[in-house]
Amino acid sequence: MTRLTIPKTYKLAIGGKFPRSESGRTYEVVAADGSFLANAAKASRKDARDAVVAARKAVSGWSGATGYNRGQVLYRIAELLEGRRSQFVDEIVASEGVTRAAASTQVDTAIDTWVWYAGWADKYVQAAGNGNPVSGPYFNLSTPEPTGVVAVIAPQSGASLLGLVGVVAPALVSGNTVVVIASEAAPLSAISLAEVFATSDVPGGVINVLTGSPAEMAPWLASHADVNALDLAGAEALDWIELQVLAADTLKRVLAPVGGIPAPSLERIVAFTETKTVWHTKSLI
Amino acid sequence: MATEPTSSFLEYAPAPESTAILSLKSDYGLFIDGEFVAGNGTPFATISPATERHIATIASANAHDVDTAVAAARAAYDTTWSRLSGADRGKYLFRIARLVQERARELAVAESLDNGKPIKESRDVDVPLVAAWFFYYAGWADKLDYAGLGADPRALGVAAQVIPWNFPLLMLAWKIAPALAAGNTVVLKPAETTPLTALLFAEILQQADLPPGVVNIITGAGETGEALVNHPDVNKVAFTGSTAVGRAIAKSTAGTGKRLTLELGGKAANIVFDDAPIDQAIEGIVNGIFFNQGHVCCAGSRLLVQENVHDEVVDRLKARLSTLRLGDPLDKNTDIGAINSREQLERVRALSDIGEAEGAERWSPACDIPTDGFWFAPTIFTNVSTSHRIAREEIFGPVLSVLTFRTPAEAIAKANNTPYGLSAGIWSDKGSKILAVADQLRAGVVWANTFNRFDPASPFGGYKESGYGREGGRHGLTAYLESSGWGADRGLRSAPARIESSPTKKSRRKQAAK
Repeated sequence: MTRLTIPKTYKLAIGGKFPRSESGRTYEVVAADGSFLANAAKASRKDARDAVVAARKAVSGWSGATGYNRGQVLYRIAELLEGRRSQFVDEIVASEGVTRAAASTQVDTAIDTWVWYAGWADKYVQAAGNGNPVSGPYFNLSTPEPTGVVAVIAPQSGASLLGLVGVVAPALVSGNTVVVIASEAAPLSAISLAEVFATSDVPGGVINVLTGSPAEMAPWLASHADVNALDLAGAEALDWIELQVLAADTLKRVLAPVGGIPAPSLERIVAFTETKTVWHTKSLI
Repeated sequence: MATEPTSSFLEYAPAPESTAILSLKSDYGLFIDGEFVAGNGTPFATISPATERHIATIASANAHDVDTAVAAARAAYDTTWSRLSGADRGKYLFRIARLVQERARELAVAESLDNGKPIKESRDVDVPLVAAWFFYYAGWADKLDYAGLGADPRALGVAAQVIPWNFPLLMLAWKIAPALAAGNTVVLKPAETTPLTALLFAEILQQADLPPGVVNIITGAGETGEALVNHPDVNKVAFTGSTAVGRAIAKSTAGTGKRLTLELGGKAANIVFDDAPIDQAIEGIVNGIFFNQGHVCCAGSRLLVQENVHDEVVDRLKARLSTLRLGDPLDKNTDIGAINSREQLERVRALSDIGEAEGAERWSPACDIPTDGFWFAPTIFTNVSTSHRIAREEIFGPVLSVLTFRTPAEAIAKANNTPYGLSAGIWSDKGSKILAVADQLRAGVVWANTFNRFDPASPFGGYKESGYGREGGRHGLTAYLESSGWGADRGLRSAPARIESSPTKKSRRKQAAK
């Protein structure tokens, strides 16, 4: 007799906890062949707002950590991902209908991407900052800083884990906190990734994962006054221009859809930073 | 309420800078494709805000003229400017810088006449910085590989630039110098009340033999600017002005793929700790809010004073204010010039009256206000609380709101308690405290033991609702460039080898029809 399996309940990830949607709603996640895979929480606008509150609370701690510390915490996630490779491969095979080899490559690439970004945490300031030779007796230094809370619409098609990693990691590196709307059709690896975060040293609230309908939630995040930046990476199928218009009310920094999965780049890190220039007088001696 | 000056001061004889150096025309057209041409809109007058006297009649560009100007910029980009070497672009910019220096006095007089700012500011700050800006970016033109975007970064194309009236020629330089150095062509609209120096600058471009169409200057009111930033053949929009207009531009350019930089309003905190060098701090506070009549987006309009030195600072500030000279902008001894327009004067008056009505205590030194023109005496409000409108809204005039704090943490919280985030000041003799506080301030420019310093090498721009993008320095250059890597447009480069094979067509943002 075969053993009865224990299906996993996929919930949201908000503020370091795994709540169901406050709305009580779920939706069916199906495999590539249409068969039932799991019920995922269908997050509401209230969940999205709760996630922003959690993300805001986490900003000072995460952005106040040293780059070296953030780099280590992010690297630790890569270590844990490596240990859970087979779980992610299984989920990707099931939900994307790809071969094990392709799923394996995706997980490898996701982990390598994560490591690549982790290494930037204590370097991006040097690459994007500048000492400025002003014409006068002043010390003058420009340094990038995290912008705050970044709302992200993850890529909605293609490699689900890699897509998520490709948008979440660059926002986190500088010290931003993130509210991400996962792929609606393939959210499983997003929630499993959130479980990895929860067992790593990432403080609660730094990464918040919402599953459900991006079309429903995105306008609330785009117009939310406590969100500093909006990454529309996976919003191509939505009315993303309207989202950008909503974001303009509070002059959010907005990245337009990329059409696919964004490749790793320093620009993607810098896009969610603000350059601060400090002048200080030098005395006459 | 006005009180008697706390110190007597020498009476100075008038020392006006002569306007004989100016040879103004009675009418100015639009500068399109290297020539002055008539505009199709209704011409308007530019006046001296100090006397309300007519200076010249200025053409107004309608949508058709905007089309013509953008077409000229596009043609110049395609046929001339994008084909020049960086070195040659640089040479044109060096020429412009030199011509600005040669005509410096003339430009300063014209600026003070049209804008109302004291000649000592236009002469010693605005115009020298204009020349410096062109010099700085001239040298960048053939060194773009070092801008930080990888090898061979590309120009964006045609840049639409709309600038404010507070630093007319300086804002023009901030916009045009990096745009041209990076290889873009330009259509620029100066503010309606201050078009004069931009038109003199157009003459300089003719003297410099800049190829026609590389820079086009079109004058007009808000509709002209709106038509310009919304023109479909524009690749880049750079705007300096109010947050309300910046928001509208962010909306109207959404989804168009136009690159956008916005330099908007501010409500800067100027934080004075009890261990500050008080003499310098007083000068810095005065410079911070009364420089250019407070018509400065980064003005230190909220003075946060540590409670135990509040009375001393306010008393000394009042004494210092009593020595400021308000009057003829062209007089070399003038400290406070005219408010730029009647409209702005009404706004400053209205917000100041609200300050009084909300319970703050108003003070101005005794000073004679000229009968003609637009004037507002330097004003200090004490007993201001964070909820007062004069502590929250940008007044954009010579009005200082004084608040107090007890601890550095409280100072930081109050300083950051604003939707703006353009600039801030810190006064303390303790370097470690300054650096710690600077770390916590959410502002794009932080001046420590100084205020209102500008330099072409130093990036300037805001956090939050003060806008995005930087002007000045290497950062300011990249606002007019895109990486030529395979993932340009928000540049995607330098990836691990395996990942470079992952999807992504070259991501040109949707040219959506909104």
